Amino acid sequence: MSGHDSKYFSTTKKGEIPELKEELNSQYKDKRKDAVKKVIAAMTVGKDVSSLFTDVVNCMQTENLELKKLVYLYLINYAKSQPDLAILAVNTFVKDSQDPNPLIRALAVRTMGCIRVDKITEYLCDPLQRCLKDDDPYVRKTAAICVAKLYDINAELVEDRGFLESLKDLISDNNPMVVANAVAALAEIQENSNRPVFEITSHTLSKLLTALNECTEWGQVFILDALSKYKAADAREAENIVERVTPRLQHANCAVVLSAVKMILQQMELITSTDVVRNLCKKMAPPLVTLLSAEPEIQYVALRNINLIVQRRPTILAHEIKVFFCKYNDPIYVKMEKLEIMIKLASDRNIDQVLLEFKEYATEVDVDFVRKAVRAIGRCAIKLERAAERCISVLLELIKIKVNYVVQEAIIVIKDIFRRYPNTYESIIATLCESLDTLDEPEAKASMIWIIGEYAERIDNADELLESFLESFPEEPSQVQLQLLTATVKLFLKKPTEGPQQMIQVVLNNATVETDNPDLRDRAYIYWRLLSTDPEAAKDVVLAEKPVITDDSNQLDPTLLDELLANIATLSSVYHKPPDTFVTRVKTTVQKTEDDDYPDGSESAESSAHVGDGITSPPASSSSVPAAARQADPAPAPAPVPDLLGDLIGLDNNAIVPVDQPSEPTGPPLPVLLPASTGQGLQISAQLIRQDGQIFYSLLFENNSPVALDGFMIQFNKNSFGLAAAGPLQVPQLQPGTSAGTLLPMVLFQNLSTGPPNSLLQVAVKNNQQPVWYFNDKISLLPFFTEDGKMERTSFLETWRSLPDSNEVSKDFPGAVVSNVETTLDRMAASNLFFIAKRKHANQDVFYFSAKIPRGVPFLIELTLVVGVPGVKCAIKTPGPEMAPVFFEALETILKS
Amino acid sequence: MPVAASAIYFLNLRGDVLINRLYRDDVGGNMVDAFRMHIMQTKELGTCPVRQIGGCSFFYMRISNVYIVIVVSSNANVACAFKFVVEAVSLFKSYFGGSFDEDAIRNNFVLIYELLDEIMDFGYPQNLSPEILKLYITQEGVRSPFSSKPSDKPVPNATLQVTGAVGWRREGLAYKKNEVFLDIVESVNLLMSSKGSVLRCDVTGKILMKCFLSGMPDLKLGLNDKIGLEKESQIKSRPIKSGKTIELDDVTFHQCVNLTRFNSEKTVSFVPPDGEFELMKYRITEGVNLPFRVLPTIKELGRTRMEVNVKVKSVFGPKMFALGVVIKVPVPKQTAKTSFQVTSGRAKYNAAIDCLVWKIRKFPGQTEPTMSAEVELISTMGDKKSWTRPPIQMEFQVPMFTASGLRVRFLKVWEKSGYNTVEWVRYITKAGSYEIRC
Repeated sequence: MSGHDSKYFSTTKKGEIPELKEELNSQYKDKRKDAVKKVIAAMTVGKDVSSLFTDVVNCMQTENLELKKLVYLYLINYAKSQPDLAILAVNTFVKDSQDPNPLIRALAVRTMGCIRVDKITEYLCDPLQRCLKDDDPYVRKTAAICVAKLYDINAELVEDRGFLESLKDLISDNNPMVVANAVAALAEIQENSNRPVFEITSHTLSKLLTALNECTEWGQVFILDALSKYKAADAREAENIVERVTPRLQHANCAVVLSAVKMILQQMELITSTDVVRNLCKKMAPPLVTLLSAEPEIQYVALRNINLIVQRRPTILAHEIKVFFCKYNDPIYVKMEKLEIMIKLASDRNIDQVLLEFKEYATEVDVDFVRKAVRAIGRCAIKLERAAERCISVLLELIKIKVNYVVQEAIIVIKDIFRRYPNTYESIIATLCESLDTLDEPEAKASMIWIIGEYAERIDNADELLESFLESFPEEPSQVQLQLLTATVKLFLKKPTEGPQQMIQVVLNNATVETDNPDLRDRAYIYWRLLSTDPEAAKDVVLAEKPVITDDSNQLDPTLLDELLANIATLSSVYHKPPDTFVTRVKTTVQKTEDDDYPDGSESAESSAHVGDGITSPPASSSSVPAAARQADPAPAPAPVPDLLGDLIGLDNNAIVPVDQPSEPTGPPLPVLLPASTGQGLQISAQLIRQDGQIFYSLLFENNSPVALDGFMIQFNKNSFGLAAAGPLQVPQLQPGTSAGTLLPMVLFQNLSTGPPNSLLQVAVKNNQQPVWYFNDKISLLPFFTEDGKMERTSFLETWRSLPDSNEVSKDFPGAVVSNVETTLDRMAASNLFFIAKRKHANQDVFYFSAKIPRGVPFLIELTLVVGVPGVKCAIKTPGPEMAPVFFEALETILKS
Repeated sequence: MPVAASAIYFLNLRGDVLINRLYRDDVGGNMVDAFRMHIMQTKELGTCPVRQIGGCSFFYMRISNVYIVIVVSSNANVACAFKFVVEAVSLFKSYFGGSFDEDAIRNNFVLIYELLDEIMDFGYPQNLSPEILKLYITQEGVRSPFSSKPSDKPVPNATLQVTGAVGWRREGLAYKKNEVFLDIVESVNLLMSSKGSVLRCDVTGKILMKCFLSGMPDLKLGLNDKIGLEKESQIKSRPIKSGKTIELDDVTFHQCVNLTRFNSEKTVSFVPPDGEFELMKYRITEGVNLPFRVLPTIKELGRTRMEVNVKVKSVFGPKMFALGVVIKVPVPKQTAKTSFQVTSGRAKYNAAIDCLVWKIRKFPGQTEPTMSAEVELISTMGDKKSWTRPPIQMEFQVPMFTASGLRVRFLKVWEKSGYNTVEWVRYITKAGSYEIRC
């Protein structure tokens, strides 16, 4: 039964959008539904249908569940770009969340949680509260996940509204799916918080283990993953847990099996009884093997994990090596991983079989696989002393096939075998030398040269062989040059005859005078000096006995292994890297913003808690480093109040920059306004600054996303100062991992908002690749103070007197300290706050300043303070007293900096 | 974190997005460009199904002519993600009537969006049982047989069933005739060396079940496996007579099977989903009866001629027969001319796969047909590397034969109404990867 939806993808000749608009407003239900389907089809193929927002939202109030779902889907995609219009949908959401049909209630809550628009989030709380206590388990299980969604948007809100407690209550719910989802949500919240949110006690543990039996397969994964972090008190508890988890190994779902294995392995660390451990290993082996009959992608995940498991518990699959034999049609990534495990499982008992397999693989078609097979033979030789001879004979057989890359790979591993078993297998050198002329890869060449040098005394024509390489010395890669140098010195020390003496002069000359490579030059000079001062010492150094090597090239460090085993089934276990090396998101600290005036608390918490990871923050941008360091501090960081003063001082020394050629901003890092986690890898830091009598918006764009971004545009919402861009935003195309700064000249009084002045500046930035980004900045008055704000004392007094007392506003800054009058005055002056006079009043100093903002509004300032004692009182008189709060904010930044 | 996905994309082979769904905010809508650029358009495609690009990781699978790509930016559960994709595809197939490809996606995109919304929430897989989802997610043609009401009316109990402990079976089913069909399907995997010794051999089997049963039946399945029988005789404290017993290396079960009970009592008891499902999978390595022996002799006569002789022996009972037997014998790329003599079936040279393909439609037991072929090669100069011979591969199906010897001893059905059930059992053995090196 196939649908016929493809008709919705067809386009009409007439303008598509107007036609859709018309159909969306049709009076016929079916037509409206079809139109919404067309809109969704257009959205799917990547057309921008956001202009139909209002029309689509109008279709939301419908009894038809299918239509409703489509409208919701549309909302999820476009609400972010139309935050003001999205509010239109809130009523329907709230209404739907109380619908008699549980499917609709759940749908409303699920969808609201996916819309990351602050206004919607605000309205989400009440419905969510209700749905967490809903009678219907379907609604509760949806609400449980929704708490995790909300936590991701606004962690503080979740804690304040007590959702965490409701979520914890759901762990005792009588419905297994609700329990499972609540566990998943709590585990995620715990992962992103550094406060204890979800601690598993032995009581919850046993409750959850009971729930396991009734959960869906996915629910079992959530629970097992959450429980794997539990630390059992003693061996007995661990055994009990394991006993209850082992039945999961028989589950058809590979994720359940791997999560169960993870949990068992964790608990096994505590179990002391060797019998129990042996028994568990026996139980885990068959399910692990069974994973290898799943889809190749799942096999790959399983193999990467088995690789870890056999490093910790080599006995588990000791008898199962045959299942890792490669099938001819296995995808290459499966073959490579199987090979790696075969090496790990190879033992004296099975080595003959394994060698036959490797030999077979070495004749296959895929070059990388063949190479790896040859290398595997060498690694087995190094690992298993008693099998070394057999390995070498297989390698010699392969060399005789004379396939170029097989020969080269064989020589590389034979060099390692010589280092592992010195003075044992040198008889084969003659065979190796036959293939000398086929070598063209640096590593193979270097290996062969090493062998010649090391065994110069046993090779009759060692000097001739080396000489053949010397002709091309200058052209060789440095790896080969270094080996040639050492080998020649060895030859000379072993056979100090005329031939080698001439050779060594040529080589030393080449390696000192003719080369730019410092490593090569240094080594050559050391040899030279050694040889010329004390040839005996040279012998001791160059021909010293070498430590015997072991095969640990693919063994992981035990602590890393521990961490990876705790992450079985996750990406970390597939990459064999700890999660923090590739996950950019880290714990969010919920923090109360001290500044209540700050327009958007959630935004500030998010931006200051975001940490740019070392990998994603481009090393080229110097400013991002201190920013990341500051943010990484787990202590509540202050809200990103612009550190303007530093900026201004830094800018004082700057050369004059023409407006149309903005320079790279220098000075302290700009506050991050759009963290990379929110901006899909795009991070924007920005601040208003004043430079050369003009206001600029200093912006830094950092592209941590994997695609190049271009076509940047910026737009400012109406604001109290009417700030707007004076020209287009000039940002070059940003390649991934690069950053660009720019100074955007600004004008005032362009798009003034009404109402009392506030410091909110709403900014929208778009580019050709991403959705439109919205973020809030806080306008500081500092860049507005003009250079012509200095008043004469007389005019100051006159103005002061002429203004009525109602225009006087005062404020205390209890935390501010002026310890050095000179520096404070300098800082004020740098911000265009000009010193007028000073008088003593009792034990206090009173300072007077003047300042002016555009359109000639003066500020007369009186500061009363005691030097060195906290507490500054400030009184201002100005014709625009409504500006006072903003002014005080600015002043405070100066005083506190 | 058991999150499986931040976003999921369905792409066609050209890389066009057929459908996508973002579940979390931590990856961008344009991440798929990175996938296209760094994986699809490079040689990397097919080298590794899990890849990191920038701050994101991509897991991908190809199913017919569609790439399904999952994007994450956290330390997601990869096993969960891939399993989710596999399950989702089988769910879609069950909705679309068996096919899953580019056209099916385009034709059902509204339904897929709806399903994607339902089966995963914020990256956490939810209930994916087709049985239950069909109760309340219906689209035009795909209307639940159970409810004739329009889909926007609440389906009674649907929500309870999604979340219920028996989240795979709906209540109130009624059939006139209560029937159960069991199909035991085994795949034999063999790797034999050129000298005729078995390098690796195992059987992966599955029991497929088709249930048409009324009410909420409890089922119990008995097999001739050793451990199960021993346990049973312990409980009944008398030995149970049954011919051959077999040893299962490993079994995995559909989520309907009570695992705790299996662990303690070794009985397979369950409440089945309605319709078709895979009850269990098993694996056996000991005592496998190989249905076919292949005895190849390949002689290279000089540089331009080869003589290929292949004898295939069927070692199952003379009354049985295999169907659709295909034997593929690889030959070098530079094959110019071939001539064949076969005692049964037909043989020809297929240049596209560089193989001599010998087909025998019906292959009785205890026979040994042969194929002898002469292959003429174009002589090539300077090709130092000798021809590496890929293994001979074989395909077949042998009905009423199990390579493992597994037999269903009983299938008991209890339902409170106490109806009678008719059970049908079929066996079939197929070739998995049946390879003989030569």
